[in-house]
Amino acid sequence: MTKIELPSYLEQSDAVRDRFERLKKRPVILEVENLYKEFDTPTGKVTALKDINFKTYKREFVCVIGPSGCGKSTLVRTLAGLETQSSGRVLLDGKEVQGPGPDRGMVFQGYTLFPWLTVKKNVMFGLQMTGHSRVTAEEEAFQWIDLVGLSKFANSYPHQLSGGMKQRVAIARALANQPRILLMDEPFGALDAQTRAKMQAYLMEIWKNIDITIVFITHDLDEAIYLADRILVLKAHPGEVQEVIEVPVPQPRNPDQFLSPEFLATKKRLEDLIHPPKKEDAEEDRINMVRMVPVDDEVESVF
Amino acid sequence: MKQSKWFSVRTELTQKQVVTLSVMSFIIPLLLWSLISYVPFIWHPKMEISEPGAVSYFNKGMLIDKEDFYREVDNLEGTGKPLPKGDPANPVYLPAPHEVAAAFYKAFTTPPKRQEEKWLHESLWDSIQVIFWGFFLSSLVGVPLGILAGTYSVASKLYEPFIEFFRYLPAPAFGALAVAILGIHDAPKIAIIFIGTFFQQVLVISNTTRRLDPSLLEAALTLGAKNVTLLFRVVVPGIITNVYKDLRILLGWAWTYLIVAELIGTSSGITWFITQQARYKNFDNVFAAIIIIGIIGLTTDILLAKLGKRLFRWEKNNAATA
Ligand SMILES: Nc1ncnc2c1ncn2[C@@H]1O[C@H](COP(=O)(O)OP(=O)(O)OP(=O)(O)O)[C@@H](O)[C@H]1O
Ligand SMILES: [Mg+2]
Repeated sequence: MTKIELPSYLEQSDAVRDRFERLKKRPVILEVENLYKEFDTPTGKVTALKDINFKTYKREFVCVIGPSGCGKSTLVRTLAGLETQSSGRVLLDGKEVQGPGPDRGMVFQGYTLFPWLTVKKNVMFGLQMTGHSRVTAEEEAFQWIDLVGLSKFANSYPHQLSGGMKQRVAIARALANQPRILLMDEPFGALDAQTRAKMQAYLMEIWKNIDITIVFITHDLDEAIYLADRILVLKAHPGEVQEVIEVPVPQPRNPDQFLSPEFLATKKRLEDLIHPPKKEDAEEDRINMVRMVPVDDEVESVF
Repeated sequence: MKQSKWFSVRTELTQKQVVTLSVMSFIIPLLLWSLISYVPFIWHPKMEISEPGAVSYFNKGMLIDKEDFYREVDNLEGTGKPLPKGDPANPVYLPAPHEVAAAFYKAFTTPPKRQEEKWLHESLWDSIQVIFWGFFLSSLVGVPLGILAGTYSVASKLYEPFIEFFRYLPAPAFGALAVAILGIHDAPKIAIIFIGTFFQQVLVISNTTRRLDPSLLEAALTLGAKNVTLLFRVVVPGIITNVYKDLRILLGWAWTYLIVAELIGTSSGITWFITQQARYKNFDNVFAAIIIIGIIGLTTDILLAKLGKRLFRWEKNNAATA
C-alpha cells in the first residue's frame, strides 16, 4: 500500500454526519438484545455468539463482517429464526420474534431456488404461502422479476441460469414477500469478481428504490464498505461485536469511491480489526508460489 | 467435438461411444454363448449319435457322454462290427442361440398342449398383472409411509424399527400363510410381491426423503411455508425425481420375486410356462421365456426413463432419471 496519509475513518464530512443523524432518528426496525448462542458438540459447548447487541434503523443497510467462523451465519440465521438463541432477544418492530417467518426475508449463499419451479413460480412461492391468490401472485411476481431484469427468463428453470441470475431470482423471491427486513448471508460469495461487482450495483439500486432494510453478511471488506451505512465488526471465539463502524463514504455510492481517502481509511481500520487481512494473504500466496515452483529454465531469469 | 478418452474419471462419453458400449454389453455374452455352442472343440461334453452302429442302446439323435461313447467305440474296435458315429454336442440344457431364437417364435405360435391351458402371451399377461398389482399396492402405502418417516421423526421412530426387522424375513417364507389366508389364485402371489417390495420400499424412500437439501426447507420457511404446505410444496416435489428413480429400481426387485410368487398356490403365469417346458425338456423354450422376462423388464425401465425425462423437465441433464 502507498504511504499516503489517510484521514481517520472516524472523520465524517458534514453531509455524511448529517445523513447519520437523520438515519438514527428513524424508527428502529430490528433490535438485538444480549444475544447468546451456544452449540452442543461432541467435544463440548461452542459459544458461537456472545452478548450481541445492536439496532438497525428503517431503510438502513448494515453489513456484518468478521473472520471465518466468527458466527456471522449463526447470527443471521438466528435473526431469521432458523436457529434458536440460547438466550437474549430479537425484536422486530419492537415485538419479539420466534421461529422463521415471511417478515424476515433471507437470501443464502447457495441460491436455494426450488429446482422444480420456474423463475416465475419460484418468485410466486412466498406470495402464495402468504395468502395471495394465484392471479395476484403472478402479477406481483412479474413485477419483481422485471425489477431484477429477468423477464425473459420467467419461464426458465433454475438450472438454466447463471449464478448471478440465480441470485437475482433469489433476491426477487425474498423481496416479493415484502419482508420488513432482508437478511443476506454472503449472497455474492460464490460469484466471480465481475458478476459480483454488477450484483452489488444492482442491490444498491434496488435498496435505494424500495423501502427495505438490509442486513448483509460478507467477509469481503470492499463489499462491506461499498454497500453499508454501518458495519458491524465481529471477532471470533466467541463471536462478539468488536466495533460498529459508521462508513464515512458519502451516499450514493459508486465504484470510483473505492480509492477515495475515506474508503481506504475505513478499509485500513477493518483490516486492523480482522486478522489476517484477506487481500494481502492472496498476494503473499502468489509470491510464494513463484519462489517455490521449480522453473524449467529454458530462458534465463530476468529477476 | 474434441476426441474424448474412454477412461477418464466421471466424464461423459460421446453419444457414439455410449451406443457402441451398450451394444457391446449385449454382444459379448452372446458371442461367448455362440462360441460354446458352435465351436465343436470348446466344451461340448456330449456326443450326438448320428449312426448307432452296433451299439444296441444307441439311437439316432441320442445325446451320450463322450466318455461312454468312446468306451463303446473301443469295445467294438477290431470286432468288425459297424462303429457308431456322432458329433460333439452340448447338453440339452444349453441350446444354441439359433434354437432359442426359433423357440421365441415357436413359443408364441404353438398352441397349448391342452385346451384349458394358456398361450404364452396369456401366461405373460398374467405375470405382468401380478407384478403390477403387487408393486402398485406396495407403492400406494410404502411411498407415503416412507416420505412421512423421512420428514417427521415421530413417524420414523414409530414404524421404522419394526420395518427394519421385518425386511429380513424372506418374502417366500410367507407363501403357505398367504395361500391359507388368500386362497390359491392370484391374491397370495400379489401378497408375496407386496411383502418382498414394501418393507425395502419404505426404508429406501425415507432415506431418499432425508437426503433432501435442508436449505430448501429453510428457504421455504423464511418465505412463510408452514408444516403441511412445507410437506406438499417442498418435500414432495423436492424428492420426487429421486423417488421415481428408486421406484424404477424397486420394480426390478419386484420382478425377482415373481418366480417364487407364481409357484405359490396353483402355478401360473410365465413360471407355469417355464416349469412346464422344463418338464418336457424344451430348454430352448425355457431360455426364450427367461429372455422374454429380461426384455420386458428392460423395456419397461427404458420407457419409464423416457417418461421421467418428460415429467421432470427441471432436472439438470436429467441425472436422477437417466
Ligand atoms: N450446527 C452447528 N453445530 C455446532 N457448531 C456450529 C454449528 N453451526 C456453527 N457452529 C460453530 O459456530 C461457529 C460460528 O459458525 P458460523 O457458521 O456462524 O461462522 P461464519 O462466521 O458464518 O463463518 P464463515 O465465514 O466461514 O461462513 C463456528 O465455530 C462453528 O464451528
Ligand atoms: Mg457463514
